[in-house]
Amino acid sequence: MNSNHDITEMHLDVLREIGNIGAAHAATSLSQLLEHKIDMRVPKVALVTFDEMFELAGGTEKVVAGIFLRIEGDLTGSMFFVLTIESATQFIRKLTGDKEFEFAAVEELGMGVSALQELGNILSGSYLSALSDFTSLKIYPTVPSLSVDMVGAIVSFGLIEVSQYSDEVIVIETEILQEGEQGISSLAGHFFLLPDPLSYRTIFSSLGVL
Amino acid sequence: MHNTQTVIRVGIADMNIANAPQTIRTSGLGSCVGVVLYDSTKKIAGMVHVMLPDSQLGKSKQFNVAKFADTGIHAMLEMLKSQGVRPFSIKAKIAGGAQMFQFGSGDTIRIGPRNVEAVKQELKRYSIQLVAEDTGGSSGRTIEFDPETSILHVRTVNAGTQEL
Repeated sequence: MNSNHDITEMHLDVLREIGNIGAAHAATSLSQLLEHKIDMRVPKVALVTFDEMFELAGGTEKVVAGIFLRIEGDLTGSMFFVLTIESATQFIRKLTGDKEFEFAAVEELGMGVSALQELGNILSGSYLSALSDFTSLKIYPTVPSLSVDMVGAIVSFGLIEVSQYSDEVIVIETEILQEGEQGISSLAGHFFLLPDPLSYRTIFSSLGVL
Repeated sequence: MHNTQTVIRVGIADMNIANAPQTIRTSGLGSCVGVVLYDSTKKIAGMVHVMLPDSQLGKSKQFNVAKFADTGIHAMLEMLKSQGVRPFSIKAKIAGGAQMFQFGSGDTIRIGPRNVEAVKQELKRYSIQLVAEDTGGSSGRTIEFDPETSILHVRTVNAGTQEL
């Protein structure tokens, strides 16, 4: 299953379920951590071009806070937690107690970086442990790394592995919403799970839909 | 059409050509390298958005030539030649090849510097003069080249726009 041609609608449904279970756990963790209501939309699963992938994350030039990690073990891939600058700022303020925090000087984030990386650690941990329970596969996340920059520059790094095989990528995307004033939800960010092409078969066979 | 000011957009692992007064642009370069090959007399420029250093890394038989430094630069030179550009008049400006994240395993983490090295090696192979570069570091870049002036505009989130 190196080529993407063998992927059927049923396979995509399985991946959507993975996104559902993983992101639901992560959203619960995030909600507890921030003591704030966090919702998620139904995950989208799609085979997209690299340029379409950037559009999903807000457009190539949009400045975001991107937490990236690699997944190792039975299943390999890349994972991103992409936050709008507004949400990342709010989250850091909440986590560090520093009400003045701003992203203006990226070099001097200090505590902010640690807080956001820790957030990435907890969220990816809960996403992936749910995924691991569901599939019975051993999955280990690497230490997350943070970059505040353009979507294209951040997300392309997670496409390097895939790009050796294909010009398209299967993305499992979940939008995370946070409740604002008067109960109006706004987009806080996205989870992106990008399994490496060689892992497609592993996922499907673990769930009996090969 | 001739006098309309248009911006030709180049996606990731993509390439295209612009004739003045058109400009050519690619956005959100991270570890990728934007390679501009231009003829300042004919006021024509080609841009390749290189993602990987070497087509040997490609693991499928059919691949997109613009993705790799070696095949991308070769294909762009052919495109320029087919537009009547003489090889010895072609010069280059490049930008990108950043290291966006500070951890990682093995070869992937250094993909930015490796892309830059590979691009320079290809330019040397075809004896193309590298006139200017803004490479490395840890910032994303958006670049736009103006074939009229041969100026490459490089924008980063923190340092604004500079001219090369």
